[in-house]
Amino acid sequence: MFHWLEQRPFLFSVGVFLVIAFAGLIEIVPDFAQASRPIAGKQPYTLLQLAGRHVYIKDSCNACHSQLIRPFKSETDRYGPYSVSGEYAYDRPFLWGSKRTGPDLHRVGEYRTTDWHENHMWEPTSVVPGSIMPSYKHMFTQNADLETAYAEALTVKKVFNVPYDKPGFTKLGSWEEAKKQALEDAKKIAAEMKNQDVKDAVARGEIPEIVALIAYMNSLH
Amino acid sequence: MQNAALEYDYTVAKWFTYLAIIFGIVGMVIGTYIAFELAFPGLNELFGQYGTFSRLRPLHTNVVAFGFTLSGIFATFYYVGQRTLKVSIAESKFVHGVAKLHFWLYFILAACLVVSELLGITTSKEYAEMEWPMDVLTVVVWVLWGMAMFGLIGMRREKTLYISMWYYIATFLGVAMLYLFNNMEVPTYLVTGMGKWYHSVSMYAGTNDALVQWWYGHNAVAFVFTVPIIAMIYYYLPKESGQPVFSYKLSLLSFWGLMFVYLWAGSHHLIYSTVPDWMQTMGSIFSVVLILPSWGSAINMLLTMKGEWNQLKESPLIKFMVLASTFYMLSTLEGPIQSIKSVNALAHFTDWIPGHVHDGTLGWVAFMIIAGTLHMAPRFYKREIYSKKLMEMQFWIQTTGIVLYFSSMWIAGITQGMMWRAVDQYGNLAYSFIDTVTVLHPYYTIRGIGGFLFVIGLFMWAYNFFKTMTSDKVLDKEPAFASPMGA
Repeated sequence: MFHWLEQRPFLFSVGVFLVIAFAGLIEIVPDFAQASRPIAGKQPYTLLQLAGRHVYIKDSCNACHSQLIRPFKSETDRYGPYSVSGEYAYDRPFLWGSKRTGPDLHRVGEYRTTDWHENHMWEPTSVVPGSIMPSYKHMFTQNADLETAYAEALTVKKVFNVPYDKPGFTKLGSWEEAKKQALEDAKKIAAEMKNQDVKDAVARGEIPEIVALIAYMNSLH
Repeated sequence: MQNAALEYDYTVAKWFTYLAIIFGIVGMVIGTYIAFELAFPGLNELFGQYGTFSRLRPLHTNVVAFGFTLSGIFATFYYVGQRTLKVSIAESKFVHGVAKLHFWLYFILAACLVVSELLGITTSKEYAEMEWPMDVLTVVVWVLWGMAMFGLIGMRREKTLYISMWYYIATFLGVAMLYLFNNMEVPTYLVTGMGKWYHSVSMYAGTNDALVQWWYGHNAVAFVFTVPIIAMIYYYLPKESGQPVFSYKLSLLSFWGLMFVYLWAGSHHLIYSTVPDWMQTMGSIFSVVLILPSWGSAINMLLTMKGEWNQLKESPLIKFMVLASTFYMLSTLEGPIQSIKSVNALAHFTDWIPGHVHDGTLGWVAFMIIAGTLHMAPRFYKREIYSKKLMEMQFWIQTTGIVLYFSSMWIAGITQGMMWRAVDQYGNLAYSFIDTVTVLHPYYTIRGIGGFLFVIGLFMWAYNFFKTMTSDKVLDKEPAFASPMGA
């Protein structure tokens, strides 16, 4: 039978495809509806947080940091309560990572402050002696891309019904409203920072990447 | 039926071979550099934001997987395909044109990938970092490859598909399916008319996204690092040694077994995550089952050398291939071990994982591509391979490099995993996270040295290959089996 099949490339290919596709069908498809439900009270990211998430992705922080706390005592002692599926309902893409060259960050907002992040991103060894993390000084001078973040928020609102602007959920509003809100959020963070260039930029109405990133870090609970 | 030997056209095979050599060197130089960054963090500062570990790590993985390995796969396909189907690609202007277009579009895509990774334009999904415009181009490139493949098959004189062709067809189909599903994304500019035109957002959220990503991520490994490499060894080892494949039945069992089992194993990347328990268990179990078809192929290859083991001593090309199938066995035993839940609890997130990846990719994938290209060189140029001695040296230097790499990462990974969970007599965590980082310095250094040795070997490979092109020992006819080599 196999020899017969090997002389018929088309049927052979169909056979191979069916055998390959089988697992995906059984393993991936059935759970989709269930796994994407958010836990109660979960809020979509604000514009500033989402812009910070883009900074996180741009510099591939996920190459070294996970956002997934496994259900072991050694992990919950170190990082906080273990992660549950509904917490990730608004994460597109997911950022679990696959390697912990640095510690997990899923609940970093619980135990680090704006001030700590500012020092750490400027010079990691200043707060963690022995750290092998690079410094990310360019985040203090480059501006975050609010417009693309807004485009993404609006897209997920329209296409995937993410509950922006619904009662009790994060307000997004029009581009002007959203920008204004993001700048206000940025001012609160800048007020807790000490880098004068960053403070000046925010006062001018700009949002340096570091401010957005810290907003995102602080949102991780 | 004509009985004269066919003249095959190797134009496209040669182009892809040059690209494999270039991307191999670029990708692994970057890899070695970032390996040393972990040991000596000061290196992160040398190229501003473009030189940090985090920017370069996806660049490294993409260049070696989709630059080096895919080029190697295409190069060997355009060689093995013609020969096992008994048809010259030049017999059809159309198919030949498609193959050439395949090359050039692939080259443009790879160049875009390098630039975009450096600029930080990424979707963040591992091995699927490209944004949507490049995803579209990827689909075009892939379809062109399929057209060339089935074009050749349509023209074939040999009716029965040889084992290597099974695996190339499976590569084409498997990657196509996985890639399409994992890269489903919505371009934000097209929906809103705002922001960067190339930005997109994933169709899947959170746990679902993770599930699809690792279904893809693991099986991209399967269909780029395993399936087409098996295609290579099924052709080059019997051809170089002059030995028939040990068992047809074993190759059948291994092929269909591999196709059926591999896709289930993806969820072993998500053990103790938030995906449902039964999926984690399935991933774990099927990973262990995967030993059977994997070892089936490897044993089939090793037994092909039965009674001819003297060739292992005499030919560096045979050495490369026999060690490749041995590393394949090691790697496909190690992976299932890491997939067992209790082992995974320790190994996941640690350096044992990159260690495992590299004994597969360096020992198996790179060795097979190197062996394939050096087997083809005398047939491409009708000249003797420039230097056997250089190949011998390359073999031993690179083997040493691989051993340093994976042994240091085993120790590093298990050390770190144990330290993360260690508690004192009161049940409190014994180490802060940074303790588990600084302890790794010696292992990171050794790993860097291992990578450096491997890169030296790559330069020897490139030198040997390009010297063969102009070597003055011209062959009057194509060698039937063992490749002739100069001193």
